[in-house]
Amino acid sequence: MNIWIGTIQLGVKSLWLHPMRSVLTVLGIFIGVASVIWLLAISKGIGDEAQRQIESLGADTIMIRTVKPPSEKMSAQGLTPYGLTRKEFDILVATVPTIRSALPIREMRRQFQFKDRKLDGRLVGCTPEYAEVTRLDLQSGHFITDSENFSGDTHCVIAAKVAERLFPYEDPIGQRIYMPENQGFYLVVGVLKPKGSTAAIGGSMAAQDFSNDVYIPIKTLQQRIGDTVMSFRSGSREGEIIELNQITLRVAEVSDVKRTAELVQDTLSSHDKMEDIAVVVPLELLEQARTTRAMFMLFMGMIAAISLLVGGIGIMNIMLATVTERTREIGIRRALGAKRRDIIRQFLVETSVLSLAGGITGILFGLLCGPAVNGARILANMWFEKQMAELPEVVRTVQPSIVPESIPGAFFISLIVGLVFGIYPATRAAKMNPIEALRHE
Amino acid sequence: MIAPSIETSGYACRVADMKKEYVLKSETVRALRGVTFDVPEGDYVAIMGPSGSGKSTLLNMLGCLDQPTSGSLWLGGDDVARMNDDQLADIRSQRIGFVFQAYNLIQQLTVVENIQVPLFYQGRSLTREQKTRSVELAKMVGLGQRLDHRPTQLSGGQQQRVAIARSLVNDPFFILADEPTGNLDSRTTEEILTLFEKLNNEGRTIILVTHEDEVSKRAKRVVRLKDGRLQWDRANSQEVRDAAAKYAIDNMPVEE
Repeated sequence: MNIWIGTIQLGVKSLWLHPMRSVLTVLGIFIGVASVIWLLAISKGIGDEAQRQIESLGADTIMIRTVKPPSEKMSAQGLTPYGLTRKEFDILVATVPTIRSALPIREMRRQFQFKDRKLDGRLVGCTPEYAEVTRLDLQSGHFITDSENFSGDTHCVIAAKVAERLFPYEDPIGQRIYMPENQGFYLVVGVLKPKGSTAAIGGSMAAQDFSNDVYIPIKTLQQRIGDTVMSFRSGSREGEIIELNQITLRVAEVSDVKRTAELVQDTLSSHDKMEDIAVVVPLELLEQARTTRAMFMLFMGMIAAISLLVGGIGIMNIMLATVTERTREIGIRRALGAKRRDIIRQFLVETSVLSLAGGITGILFGLLCGPAVNGARILANMWFEKQMAELPEVVRTVQPSIVPESIPGAFFISLIVGLVFGIYPATRAAKMNPIEALRHE
Repeated sequence: MIAPSIETSGYACRVADMKKEYVLKSETVRALRGVTFDVPEGDYVAIMGPSGSGKSTLLNMLGCLDQPTSGSLWLGGDDVARMNDDQLADIRSQRIGFVFQAYNLIQQLTVVENIQVPLFYQGRSLTREQKTRSVELAKMVGLGQRLDHRPTQLSGGQQQRVAIARSLVNDPFFILADEPTGNLDSRTTEEILTLFEKLNNEGRTIILVTHEDEVSKRAKRVVRLKDGRLQWDRANSQEVRDAAAKYAIDNMPVEE
């Protein structure tokens, strides 16, 4: 044991003979280890965010959305009805046994008005389950109830931002919102808490922003507005005839999600020709996202591993130079009784000291990843406000999350790098003939 | 351990019909062609010879840095000629005290640490006695005030005295000194030779390799090699030794 302590002391002393050289070598490993931790933490942060967004859609749900069919499938004159129908909704509810609840949704762009304050937003016709399925939380009042839906009341629930914009001074509950396009007043019965947007998912689903929403009972929407919606856009009349924009199904057991999705697709096969619906299964997306995240982290890990490799080559380079430079010392030690393994031990200890110094400082710096990224973001926001605003949201909001395994992992990798890249120089030193080594100038 | 086939007690080492051949490309160089001599305990032998005489080869053999092609080298009860690399390393750390021409101290170590290096390679923790002893040795060679100095802070003579202290730390069978005064001026040479004489008077066995007559005359005995063989082996009379010492002192440059 003592020989190890002695050798470590000796190693530190020998490295201290060339402080600059040793520090630069340590820096190579330091950068490698720190980048392993940083890259993994940042990619995990990004992956977690994507996963959280998908999870917010619900792993037990299946979404069937109406999409606008390609223009060649629409008749040239007049408006072609497309998309999901109420009848299909009833069929699904009646025939698919694994469904726990089903939610019809109709959405459209509307203008909302209160006194002289106006806001363009999204009008959503839905049933009471909507709040639970899309995880909406109430700030005050109540969400649409069954009885309101049943009797087609002109009640509405508004999102936080709508409340803020239309009712900056008043309590929204009990006020009436006016919708100029269909000349109707709607009584506000509930206000929601602010909610983040959900993920945009691979072409089949745009990111959903819930901040400008107004919710009314779907029956009210059907009776008062109907399926046909006309609008004027850049001087021409546009319109659409859609019964339902979305049906969200909740499946009783998560294990049934995939089978149910297949059944739903078969049931709705009449839409195949029109290509006017899309079935989105968040569970599948979640699994895809996990795979993507794993790939991403692997990729980042490989980049970091390359920098560790470069650091290791730096160690080997410096140790080879050191061995040549210290040939005489090796000869002296051999003459005074050092065995080959003593020489090997001495040089391996030196490389290990270098790599562990890099490993430990790298880990300490790696642990600073979170605060450092946040600090950098604050500084960047101060100095480059404009450019920052143009960056993708994920860059602006990512929270690095340190992968716990990366800490011991990085430590052992740095140790192994030190040993692996130290073995060749050390054996070269040990193989020297003591007589020739002593004669070396 | 091989049971000794010859009497070894009373001898620091015994060399028996030692031969060494090197193969250089297709040519075989016969560096030692059968050398036999004994070094009794307490002896002070100077090994001389022109370059190419096998002097360095014999030194490497005596220092257990190399193995002879044939013949024996008895150090205590062991025939070193039959040992492997690790065993030789043990012998070097336990039974031999090296002094080199170029001092060969380790730069990153202090005086005391340099003295302790052979003990370090004996593989055990240093005992308190060993630590005290290394300090005492440093004092004995006159470096008691410089225990924590590095070799670069010392003069050549001081470095060589550290090396002599280092050669004594493991209480060796003999000190093997290879041209120990080769790099030193005449005054420092005299210091070192006086130190060797003192050590020899205390009972240390010294084997000194040199090509200088003035140095060899200070030893008790001179072994001369030529063409890989023993040319002659004779004792220096006390008169010769005293005369050489007096000559050295008389011819020393006057201090200005």
